[in-house]
Amino acid sequence: MLTWSNFLSQLFNGLAQGALLALISSGLTIIYGTLGVLNLAHGAMFMLGGYAGYVAYQATGSFVVAVIAGTLFMLVVGVVMERVIIRHFYGRPHEDQLLVTFGLAIVFVEVVRLFFSSQSLTVPAPAALSGITSLGVMFYPTYRLAVVGIVAVALLVLFVVLYRTRLGMIVRAGIEDAVMVDSLGIDVYRVFMVVFGIGAMAAGFAGIVNAPVVSLTPDVGEAILVQTFVVVVIGGVGSFPGAVVGGLIAGEIISLTSMVNPGYAYVMLFAAMTLVLLVRPRGLFGARGRE
Amino acid sequence: MQDRNSGSFTAGRRRFMQAGLGVAGGLALPAGFVSEALAADQPPIGTWPNGASGNSVFIGISVPRTGTYAVQGEDELKGYQLAIEHINSGHPLIKQISPKTTKGVLGKELKYGVADSAAKPNDAVQAQQRFITENKAIMITGGTSSAVAVALNKLAQREKVLFVCGISGSNDTTGKDCVRYGVRQNFYGETAANAIGPALLKAYGKNKKAAFMTPDYTYGHTVTKSVNEFLTKNGGWQMVTNQVSPLGAPDYSSYLTNIANSGAEFLINVNWGHDAVLSTQQAKQFGLLPKMKLVIPYQIPFLAREVGPETTEGVFAATDFWWTLEDKYPIAKMFVEEFEKKYGYKPEWGAENAYMEFALWAEAVEHAGSFYPPDVIKSYETPRKLNSMVGEVQWRAADHQLVRPVVIVKGKAPKDMKSKEDYWEVVEVVPGAGLMQKPDAFGCNLGSYT
Repeated sequence: MLTWSNFLSQLFNGLAQGALLALISSGLTIIYGTLGVLNLAHGAMFMLGGYAGYVAYQATGSFVVAVIAGTLFMLVVGVVMERVIIRHFYGRPHEDQLLVTFGLAIVFVEVVRLFFSSQSLTVPAPAALSGITSLGVMFYPTYRLAVVGIVAVALLVLFVVLYRTRLGMIVRAGIEDAVMVDSLGIDVYRVFMVVFGIGAMAAGFAGIVNAPVVSLTPDVGEAILVQTFVVVVIGGVGSFPGAVVGGLIAGEIISLTSMVNPGYAYVMLFAAMTLVLLVRPRGLFGARGRE
Repeated sequence: MQDRNSGSFTAGRRRFMQAGLGVAGGLALPAGFVSEALAADQPPIGTWPNGASGNSVFIGISVPRTGTYAVQGEDELKGYQLAIEHINSGHPLIKQISPKTTKGVLGKELKYGVADSAAKPNDAVQAQQRFITENKAIMITGGTSSAVAVALNKLAQREKVLFVCGISGSNDTTGKDCVRYGVRQNFYGETAANAIGPALLKAYGKNKKAAFMTPDYTYGHTVTKSVNEFLTKNGGWQMVTNQVSPLGAPDYSSYLTNIANSGAEFLINVNWGHDAVLSTQQAKQFGLLPKMKLVIPYQIPFLAREVGPETTEGVFAATDFWWTLEDKYPIAKMFVEEFEKKYGYKPEWGAENAYMEFALWAEAVEHAGSFYPPDVIKSYETPRKLNSMVGEVQWRAADHQLVRPVVIVKGKAPKDMKSKEDYWEVVEVVPGAGLMQKPDAFGCNLGSYT
């Protein structure tokens, strides 16, 4: 349906969808950039954050508490994961890292399925943000509008941490050259733990913020994971701005293609990724030297 | 003895050999040799006779236990397990459907293996290939995705092992992709369309605008086509948009945005499993529901539980079974009671379909008196009235589809629900014969017995 109002609607919808993708992808890309670990459990962590938030919501009835609890829970899970399992894999081949994170993903998903079954669970949006809002050309769910704002704030916080703090400086230095950072006397492994924790936290935060939009099932992370990988590849592996821009591009591609032919929305996403890989093999914001 | 050969030339040759050997054997050989010579008439086929030579026979079950259709797959599995338990113990409920059943099938205990198909054809085919090779499965089942059903149809025909189809709503399963070695119990796109169509026209009138949401595979495309054709031809309805999405799409906002801009009055949601739950919930978030009227042409087990009765209130759906049919059919009542006793909730149509498939398979094998696959298939093809949970039914020999009623239900308002699982009221039980296309209309060619 090629009408102006539909075009504007889809343009906006692409932004809203892209914002969430950007948030999830930023966690993935920071972890990969710093630790060199391709974390296939990232989707499962996104899901786990949602469920943790759901439990907190059931207990307290407060969405804000749910968001905080889900986020902190994932910080803890991330740190424990890093200390107990992931750190043993820094020196090992990529295949081993893929296998261990993939295995962790299966464990997380099936444990959740064991306790919560596969039936979908809902975390309602806070009352003030439920309902729909008129944008002139269209009506849009108020909560989704709020998500754009929430994600913008979260990304801003991540930006400040990464670009305006000492920790962020070390992390960014680690992305460029971990060996050099280590030889400068900085305990890289402690930084790695913090980075993994932050990445997990970002995934968990996205999981609970996303919960009122998608309804939770144990498999909710799987479909997202594929998209976030596409986002990371488009944006450039290890690049935080890349993840943000890549997420927005992905959201727009899905929305605008669906306007022309919905059957091709996801096909076009992969086509775009292929194009980026052909023209800029390291992604839009990828830098030479990063692996 | 029943004729076991289809080709006329082979039949003639075999019968000649058989008669000749019989005469010669009767004259010259001890009795033991005679039976051996006669058995040559049934050369090994598929997993027969090895799979049926012990005290038990094996069934390979593949259902989605993860992914978009996981909830429905688990429910289906419970139906299978209850049927196996009942067949092995000779339960009175099974005897209502398969009167010759004593204990087991032809006295053999049923054993089974379960694999997760994740609603992916490759996973299902690999798992079933393993059950056939390693466990000598005498029958395989599975579904909850027509893509899986069609793939298993092909596997069954190639391996010559009977595939008793699980949930599959595509016209193709017993249409262009039908096989001699596959049978289907449940309703499908065409019968759903012809059953729900008149109900929609009666309730809402002619010349309406409808938006479709269609999952991008054989089930989605055929159901949408059948429903749209009925409404266009008979009611002058117009499909203003058809939003095709991949199985397991993580978000429906872009599709819903298109629908919001389409001017549709009706949202006909063909999505299934969690896709249906998510797309319906998001349609509500976008304010499309209840502004547009929702229609579910192919019912999704647990949909009302998951999206809530305030969303399904007043919604028409076509289905295979709903538990309140127990008031009308005694067999349904027995089933609902037995199921609830074992699992603690009212069965949905996935479980009903699974139970009926196995019960009808037991009936077909008992009727054949043998596990020899061509005999079992011919038993399915021999016209006879059968009992089911929705009254009398009958197999159609030409495409291996069960001629069975389609149930039209309408969502109850929360205030009208008499119990927490009383989501739907049965509007009509539409007899099956008038709903079906001609057997060859969708290009069915069953293929050979051997």
